[in-house]
Amino acid sequence: MNATVAEHQDREISRYLCIGCPMGCRLEVEEADGDIVEVRGFSCRRGEAYAKQEHIAPQRMVTTTVRVENGLWARLPVKTTDAIPKELMWDLCEKLHELTLKAPVKMGEVVLQDALGTGVDVVSSRDMPYRES
Amino acid sequence: MLTANVDRLRSDYDVVVVGGGPAGMGAALAAKEAGAEKVLMVDREKEAGGILLQCIHPGFGLHHFKEELTGPEYAQRYLEQVLETDIDLATDSYVLDIDKNNRVKLMSGRHGVREIETKAAVLAMGARERTRGAIRTPGKRVSGVLTAGLAQKFVNLMGVLPGNRAVILGSGDIGLIMARRLTLEGVEVVGVYEIMPHANGLNRNIVQCLHDFEIPLHLSTTVVDIHGQDRLEAVTVAPVDGFTPDLSRSQTIPCDTLLLSIGLIPDNELARQLNLRFDPVTRGPLVSSTMETSKNGVFACGNTVHIHDLVDFVSQESELAGHNAGLYVTGQQPPPDNVRLVPGENVGYCVPQTISTDRDHTIYMRVRKPMENCVLRLGDVYEKKIRYVFPAEMVNVKVRPKFLQNFHGDNLRLDVVPQEG
Repeated sequence: MNATVAEHQDREISRYLCIGCPMGCRLEVEEADGDIVEVRGFSCRRGEAYAKQEHIAPQRMVTTTVRVENGLWARLPVKTTDAIPKELMWDLCEKLHELTLKAPVKMGEVVLQDALGTGVDVVSSRDMPYRES
Repeated sequence: MLTANVDRLRSDYDVVVVGGGPAGMGAALAAKEAGAEKVLMVDREKEAGGILLQCIHPGFGLHHFKEELTGPEYAQRYLEQVLETDIDLATDSYVLDIDKNNRVKLMSGRHGVREIETKAAVLAMGARERTRGAIRTPGKRVSGVLTAGLAQKFVNLMGVLPGNRAVILGSGDIGLIMARRLTLEGVEVVGVYEIMPHANGLNRNIVQCLHDFEIPLHLSTTVVDIHGQDRLEAVTVAPVDGFTPDLSRSQTIPCDTLLLSIGLIPDNELARQLNLRFDPVTRGPLVSSTMETSKNGVFACGNTVHIHDLVDFVSQESELAGHNAGLYVTGQQPPPDNVRLVPGENVGYCVPQTISTDRDHTIYMRVRKPMENCVLRLGDVYEKKIRYVFPAEMVNVKVRPKFLQNFHGDNLRLDVVPQEG
């Protein structure tokens, strides 16, 4: 192992905490010349896959709320239909803050199509009934 | 539609379910299915759904619906099933009392104060958040100090922010989730402080709610003073040795909001009024294997009984309670329990507290301390290897009659011990 380390000068170790289950394995991804050469610390396949994904391109589901007029409540909960690149989280929330919807809204209704060009939609997480304001 | 506008309120019911959250909805549906004809579900909010409605994040339903849902989606799926039945739903309504003759006193925005007869009741009131008084935090009684779940309701339903610069005390999941929510809504979250040497919430929340937003988590540290005139102006935090704060190393942090995420306790005012027998550990009513309390015909389920970490298990437990309430009113009750479960080594509590040797049971329990490569033992009749256990994660075990057929005692001990060799 030490020999391998000496051969590659730009070898880098990144550490992640696995989110797959409550074990919380401490994952290590070792990269050499831009390629993953080893993943360590996982206890299952899911952990190994998570470490690789998290290292190459971390993704997150985004849930937030959007302003809604004449609704039973003032805010409508929304979610992305799939995970989006982590770094787009902020921009997406900012964009959603600009919206104002009108009740009624149905669960699953598209609130923002192809969010930030990711191909992922943002949809309503519930029905929002109309209410006289 | 999440607002069932059911105006009907009868003067007598077979089953009255107190609470319209996941526990109440699961119980009401199951009672109906088991043969109860007239079922009423009561909720104090303006719509049924409970706390799920403000839990807008994903992570619900993996066990029950076999897919990952947000809280509102989980609630709506259940409520749609309720609305397909002729279950009566009284929202904006509150059960004040259930007397010894099962007469329910109801206060309702729509119906006024009413008395209702019922054959059976299911308690599904959920839990309350522990407040500042529960941990005796000293300092000024200023505004801006609130529980994390209340802040969640403000932000996610009412669309108001609790402040501009927040400190979070306690690393429970609600606190971690609110750290992310507030940050995404433009509130500066200074840090999360946890008195224990380890975080209380799930790893996925530590990673996705704190690490992603570079919010620091300070372990073995707590709030020792609260400053301000009318509004919170700052808190003083100090590291702890055990539970004793080291004031010589304290630090004052300017903030206008302090969120408390320091645990839940079963909402059991009604259960106390009913004089039910309680479990001192869960702080909820004792329940039999049919989820019946110490009073005949009164059942209980969900966070009213013990605090769950997954709503999926609330649903499972509530369907059992509702099913048995339905059987009770149709005179098809199973025979009573004959074995008492006794928490032993590294078992904090178990639910139910009694079982019957003639049928299947799911026993839920919580361990006292983390353990790896352990074995769960049920007296000497059954054992199951478990790779790891954590106090934050409920353990459940299915027990079948074949394990119990040779057992003739009254008490069965539950132990979680290291595997031998």
